[in-house]
Amino acid sequence: MELILAVVTGGLFAAGLYTILRRSIIRIAIGLVLLGHAANLLIFTAARLTRYRAPIIAGDADTLVQPAADPLPQAVILTAIVISFGVLVFALVLIRRVYQVVGTDDADELTTTDRPESQAK
Amino acid sequence: MNELVVLPLVIPLVAAGASLLFWGRRRVQRWLAVIGTGGQLAVAIALLLQVRAEGILVVEVGNWPAPFGIVLVADLLSSIMVVLTGLIGFAVALYSLGTVEARHEAFGYFPLVQILLLGVCGAFLTGDIFNLYVWFEVMLIASFVLLALGGRRSQIEGALKYVTLNLLASVLFLSAVGVLYGMTGTLNMADLAIRLDALPSPGLQTALAMLLLVAFGIKAAIFPLFFWLPASYHTPPAAVSALFAGLLTKVGVYAMLRVFTLIFDNDAGFTHTLILALAGLTMITGVLGALAQQEFRRILSFHIVSQIGYMIMGLGLFTPLALAASIFYVIHHIIVKANLFLVSGVARRISGSYELSRSGGLYSDAPGLAVLFLIPALSLAGMPPLSGFLAKLGLVTAGLDVGAYWIVAVALSVSLLTLWSMAKIWQEAFWKPLPEGSATDAAPLNAWSVRQMLVPITMLGAITVSIGLLGQPIFDLALDAAEQLLEPGHYIEAVLGGRP
Repeated sequence: MELILAVVTGGLFAAGLYTILRRSIIRIAIGLVLLGHAANLLIFTAARLTRYRAPIIAGDADTLVQPAADPLPQAVILTAIVISFGVLVFALVLIRRVYQVVGTDDADELTTTDRPESQAK
Repeated sequence: MNELVVLPLVIPLVAAGASLLFWGRRRVQRWLAVIGTGGQLAVAIALLLQVRAEGILVVEVGNWPAPFGIVLVADLLSSIMVVLTGLIGFAVALYSLGTVEARHEAFGYFPLVQILLLGVCGAFLTGDIFNLYVWFEVMLIASFVLLALGGRRSQIEGALKYVTLNLLASVLFLSAVGVLYGMTGTLNMADLAIRLDALPSPGLQTALAMLLLVAFGIKAAIFPLFFWLPASYHTPPAAVSALFAGLLTKVGVYAMLRVFTLIFDNDAGFTHTLILALAGLTMITGVLGALAQQEFRRILSFHIVSQIGYMIMGLGLFTPLALAASIFYVIHHIIVKANLFLVSGVARRISGSYELSRSGGLYSDAPGLAVLFLIPALSLAGMPPLSGFLAKLGLVTAGLDVGAYWIVAVALSVSLLTLWSMAKIWQEAFWKPLPEGSATDAAPLNAWSVRQMLVPITMLGAITVSIGLLGQPIFDLALDAAEQLLEPGHYIEAVLGGRP
């Protein structure tokens, strides 16, 4: 199982990086989504896959009965998902604005900020 | 008590919330920003004094003991950075009173500035590496919106580059955090430092160190990862540029200082030599990029890159004096660079353009501003008796002590080129007469709003001069902070309370 998830994670990283490097700017958003998934899956896999019970302390006990699953990676992933969701929404709006203002979705046309002689309007 | 550690976070949060309640009333928002940032500065200074007197302060959030809960840790480096955040926030809030356009204010400029300051302070104070990621994101989201606010073509384009590369850095950082947790089972930085020492996998540790170096390197804009910075920093209004230039890249530098002194200090022969080489390359590429530019804020943006090289040069040398000089350099740089961006905004309002070819005559039109430009500009180049001279002197001495002559040569020649570049701005924008046919495209200024803009510039200029003249107490502070960094035992003991 770890091996499958490792391959999937690697594939997602590769696909995400490749998509970001494409010229069409909407693919930047898609690439960022894939990279976010890859990072979350990496955390999930790196923190050990277990089939143990849920980490809930029974009503009459003081301590957790081992072995139990580790809840922390899931909390971390949940936080990361929420953050990447918010950031992604902003990125989508921004990409739409770029398309409206510049009139193209070709990343190679976005050179206003890089040419020394250009005028900032 | 330790409430002081939490207050630099609570104050901007409350101020941001309060100014959201007064969404339509911009005058109230402005003064809330001034009061909030002023309060933050006051609390930060109190925190620094207390940390200096009593040692490292730790707050366990929600009373969950470390390493299980999230801790906030204020050591000397953190509290120095928090003071600088408060100072720049206060200066920018004052500057914004008279300069921010109504359409920026209408879309939440002031609450966003507060949230940015919240994120920056959080990143400086946290003692938990995943929490550091969260604060990075708080800061990034606020900076994304501030950068794009206004919606000019250059801003939108710059924002896209900034957003993409910074999110890529976040993904790399998050991946590194995930693997670190998988290896050690903890996210607390002090606990990480102990547990990594006990692990027998130096290869994986170095790989993780490199992953974090790339992630923080993108945020700090080191060579060869800096391209988002000169593409975006010159596009927003001057107040936003100053805020970004002062604080954002320095959060990356802080994260590198923290991680490479506390957690990854085992393989210093490899990691810190690499950092030193990157420092040299960062200095050279930054200053050469600046020489090729003909626009006020683009020149300044490339100089940020160049100066980041000096800051991580101290980390690369990894001696107490070198680290102290790095910290001193950060103090000096944040004040000077934010000030230069503020000056560029005033210069543009008077002469009508950021383009050097279309501006001029500022020396005769505004001699006071010319003096206020010269102070940070000469300090940036490292002229005595200003603060930049002491910072560079410290780094050069530290470099000569360990015999790293090539980096000293690089640092000195880059310093000379910086002076050249500042002289170019002086020559073009201040000394030569205003070219024929240059019409101002900015709103006309009244004397009151110019005076309002000059208040924070004068304040920061005065601090630059006094750091230069009274450098010893500040340098002692930096030395103490560096000694704390090089003795991670104190930090670990403060966080974990002596437990193994």
